[in-house]
Amino acid sequence: MSDNAMIELVHVKKSFGAVSVLKDISLRVPRGGVLALIGPSGSGKSTLLRCLNLLTIPDSGAIRVGESTMDFTNGHKLPRDKELAAFRARTGMVFQNFNLFPHMSTLQNVMEGPVTVLKIQPEAARETALGLLEKVGLKDKADVAPDKLSGGQKQRVAIARALAMKPQVMLFDEATSALDPELVGEVLAVVRQLAAEGMTMVLVTHEMAFAREVADSVVFMRDGIVVEEGPARQVIDTPSQTATRAFLSHFHSSGLPTVAANG
Amino acid sequence: MHYDWSFGFLLQYSRLITIGTAYTIGFTILTAASGFVIGCVVSIASLSKVRFVSTPLVMLVEVFRCTPVLVQLVWIYYALPVLIGVELSPAVAAFIALSFYGGAFYSEIIRGGIVSIDMGQWDAGRALGMRRFDLMKRVVMPQALKRMIPPLVNQAVLQLKNTSLLSVLAVPDLLYQGQLITSATYRPLETYTMIAVIYFLILFPMTRAASVLEARLAR
Repeated sequence: MSDNAMIELVHVKKSFGAVSVLKDISLRVPRGGVLALIGPSGSGKSTLLRCLNLLTIPDSGAIRVGESTMDFTNGHKLPRDKELAAFRARTGMVFQNFNLFPHMSTLQNVMEGPVTVLKIQPEAARETALGLLEKVGLKDKADVAPDKLSGGQKQRVAIARALAMKPQVMLFDEATSALDPELVGEVLAVVRQLAAEGMTMVLVTHEMAFAREVADSVVFMRDGIVVEEGPARQVIDTPSQTATRAFLSHFHSSGLPTVAANG
Repeated sequence: MHYDWSFGFLLQYSRLITIGTAYTIGFTILTAASGFVIGCVVSIASLSKVRFVSTPLVMLVEVFRCTPVLVQLVWIYYALPVLIGVELSPAVAAFIALSFYGGAFYSEIIRGGIVSIDMGQWDAGRALGMRRFDLMKRVVMPQALKRMIPPLVNQAVLQLKNTSLLSVLAVPDLLYQGQLITSATYRPLETYTMIAVIYFLILFPMTRAASVLEARLAR
């Protein structure tokens, strides 16, 4: 495996029962790179993202994030709970449905990882958490319960919660798909800022305009395989594969899906 | 038909009645606590994917769920000693039966509470790097317990009523004392009326409190 890549997947395969969801995927994301995964639903892009922090365990292949490698090729025994937890602690994940902890305040949500997993003193974790809430523009909501927040605010808290672990990479699983259109922008602004700060990120997204703007490279998946990959503008503006063209024709250049698609 | 009601004579039996009430409440608290522990162990084991742990426990639960608690009481008191060769006192036999009977139902309540927590919550905890124990303690259980409280209180009410079956093993609970008083005074009407009233006075506030709690937690 090469050194300059922050994330590297080698021959990753995953099946659920008889359904082969990922058919031999190999990918690399350089340090500080932003990769957008696009494709129709059922293409395997979310499963691939979940494999990156082992929320889904691949059937075979190897995954490296930073210096930690998890090898699932034949003969390697499955990692134990402790190893999985340590691996996941170094990657931040943001979910489509936010998945904030409803029994904790906004601030407690952001403090939870550092205090429980990293064993950081609550006072220190509190300072960091308040700083992160300020960064996502929600310092004034620190003591509010998550169910009092708008979708966009919830997702920004979720981003702060993931950042609190000081992850090496951030993974976004359709982070704006559950949001009302007018709330999408505030979340994308935070992602854009992270990209500018040099955070290595993988985004599963349907926001084509955003992917084109923020991502360095784009991977188009269909039926569990990588159909096309390349620089973001090249893949989105001038796709070389018929399947990519057909998929992208469902979107305006604004990034919103069109009703009358001609693909 | 004419009947001369007279409750006055019960006063001289106040000590027996107090002891009986204490047994009833004490057994309820003890067996609810031990039953809850059994329920926790069984539900967590039955959620585990280790078959040789979960299968026997699930079968044990089914045995206690699908036989009457009165049958369990007499079986454990009269039949179990034959099997294990150890005499059990009525109180111990009753404790075992009511603990496991309660545990069987508690385990289903707890299991239901745990599986009702959205998979996204598990994902979020795991993604932060939490290990199984922390995930349960910090994320799943605090939310699940809230949902379990109303059915747990409900089960505790049943648990208290089930202690009346202790009387068949001559454990001096409230009902047993009633039987004693009746055989001494030949006044079952007043005696059993009073026994019923005492059960009601204990349980009615409990069910009220449960519904208040339920309404508050639903908010």
